Amino acid sequence: MALDSDTLQQLLDTLTRFVNERLRPLESKTAADDRIPQEVVEEMKALGLFGLTIPEAYGGLGLNMQEEAAVARVFGRTSPAFRSAFGTNVGIGSQSLVIDGTEDQKQFYLPKMATGEIVGSFCLSEPEAGSDAASVRTTAVKDGDDYLINGTKRYITNAPWADLFTVFARTDASVKGARGVSAFLVDRKTPGVSLGVPYRKMGQQGAPVCDVIFEDVRVPAEKLLGGAENVGFITAMKVLDKGRLHISAISVGVAERLIEDATKYAIERKQFNQPIAEFQLVQAMLADSQTEMYAAACMVEETARRRDAGEAVNALAASCKLFATEMVGRVADRAVQIFGGAGYIEDYGIERFYRDVRLFRIYEGTSQIQQTVIAKDMIKRFS
Amino acid sequence: MKILVTAKRVVDYNVNIRVLADQSGVDLNNVKMSVNPFDEIAIEEAVRLKEAGKAEEVIVVSVGVSQCQEQLRTALALGADRGILVETDEALQPLGIAKALKAVIDKEAPGLIITGKQAIDGDNSQTGQMLAALAGLAQATFASEIDLGEDSATVTREIDGGLETITVKLPAIVTTDLRLNEPRYASLPNIMKAKKKPIDIFTPADLGVDVSPRVKTLKVEPPAERAAGIKVESVEVLVDKLRNEAKVIS
Repeated sequence: MALDSDTLQQLLDTLTRFVNERLRPLESKTAADDRIPQEVVEEMKALGLFGLTIPEAYGGLGLNMQEEAAVARVFGRTSPAFRSAFGTNVGIGSQSLVIDGTEDQKQFYLPKMATGEIVGSFCLSEPEAGSDAASVRTTAVKDGDDYLINGTKRYITNAPWADLFTVFARTDASVKGARGVSAFLVDRKTPGVSLGVPYRKMGQQGAPVCDVIFEDVRVPAEKLLGGAENVGFITAMKVLDKGRLHISAISVGVAERLIEDATKYAIERKQFNQPIAEFQLVQAMLADSQTEMYAAACMVEETARRRDAGEAVNALAASCKLFATEMVGRVADRAVQIFGGAGYIEDYGIERFYRDVRLFRIYEGTSQIQQTVIAKDMIKRFS
Repeated sequence: MKILVTAKRVVDYNVNIRVLADQSGVDLNNVKMSVNPFDEIAIEEAVRLKEAGKAEEVIVVSVGVSQCQEQLRTALALGADRGILVETDEALQPLGIAKALKAVIDKEAPGLIITGKQAIDGDNSQTGQMLAALAGLAQATFASEIDLGEDSATVTREIDGGLETITVKLPAIVTTDLRLNEPRYASLPNIMKAKKKPIDIFTPADLGVDVSPRVKTLKVEPPAERAAGIKVESVEVLVDKLRNEAKVIS
């Protein structure tokens, strides 16, 4: 159910204040410690952020896509690591359950995910299955009433502190592609589940990522997502456009933040006896950034609206993800340029965003994957 | 016990105030409005008292234009149970607001009334005191701590040069200082639930009060702009300027 505009505005105002007053002062500490302070995580749970997209019937807020995108845009105004803390509960970690979970599975997990008591994590990627996600090699072999899962999952966001893994594994070895893949809900404490050492990354410090290794992990059949084999990958595909719009909205938010920072700096910084904002070559960088950000914002809003109206937006969401994430890369690059030497110095935080946004072009489908999604859709329509 | 708290609609504290060209007031056009931060502290305190089991109901009141309902909703999201709007388009002054609040007290008979010590728009710091006088109730202003008992409240007040602790008989008016508490962020589920909480709307006439202004504003001016600083050559010059130009030392 869509919120009335007053309530949505109040929600966004509250989050804006939380971002500005609580999170922004902690950006550099979070990056330096590679860890979000625990009390901030607790505050985010108390705010209800972990349940943004979980239906109201299961204790969440049940935001629609437009509302979720508006919230994501607000969270783009600070380090993406903060958003990542609840990102998997909002996105891929919970949505496969929302869409395809059995009623028992929903009742058991969703209310706890909504409060953040359970942090969910989505285990799809593997050492040999990245963009080619359908080539999952992790296996789940039926053993009596249980399944035995074996395999390694790579670059799993929030895995170091997750409680629940949605694990994609091949249940039918005779089928090569997506159709032989099922999804399982695996408690992290299950014997045989182990974690790799958290990766040291280029950016987004504070958003932990590691491998998850499954060795003869015994999982009862009722933990099979949706209660049926071979629906797992199809489930994953259903939530992709949502995640892509979410990342697009975050990219718009980060771009807004960088544009604001760069413009203020250009007004203040004087060279040749005048603010550098007076120089037309600097103005061109600011104007290009603003224009591209606005274009991406419009794309996200329009696509989110159409998704809420029930349209299939697969190719549109891919267009948003492609444009918005490449856009924020250019905006971050220009921000470093406008800040000049200061842009390269850690204390100003601009170089940190420059590194942080690089990931947006890679995860939830690389720019190249988005291009192929868009092109395939075009070819289908015109042939 | 019922606790009555206030939520004045004021320009958000992050907004740079602009004076209208005709000097009649400040520009409120398209300006973000919020709950007066001192009132937010009052609301937080009331909600904490309720959570601690010392109060059963928190009622939030706003006096002003119809849009004050936004501020009431904010208070309801923070944990107040129901709202009352005394709706008027009059230019409000402390006496008018105090009269309206007095009428609400007569209706609701709260055991404790908490208001901000001042609102960040007019900075008058008069409403709580006037309300105490009109209602004939004890007052404890500038509170930094409230210990609520059965028939009395012990309140620590921030005064010049230190703290003063007094005990007041209930019902009493308490006005909040900055250090009383740190207001929470309303949780998102509570923001959504706030929509379902009731708000009653009265006009001053319904309550039999006249809130028309008694003080006439002649002119509103922005503070003088700060002059640019200068660098001085030596300590001697600095001392000389401090003594003879700025006159801050003798």
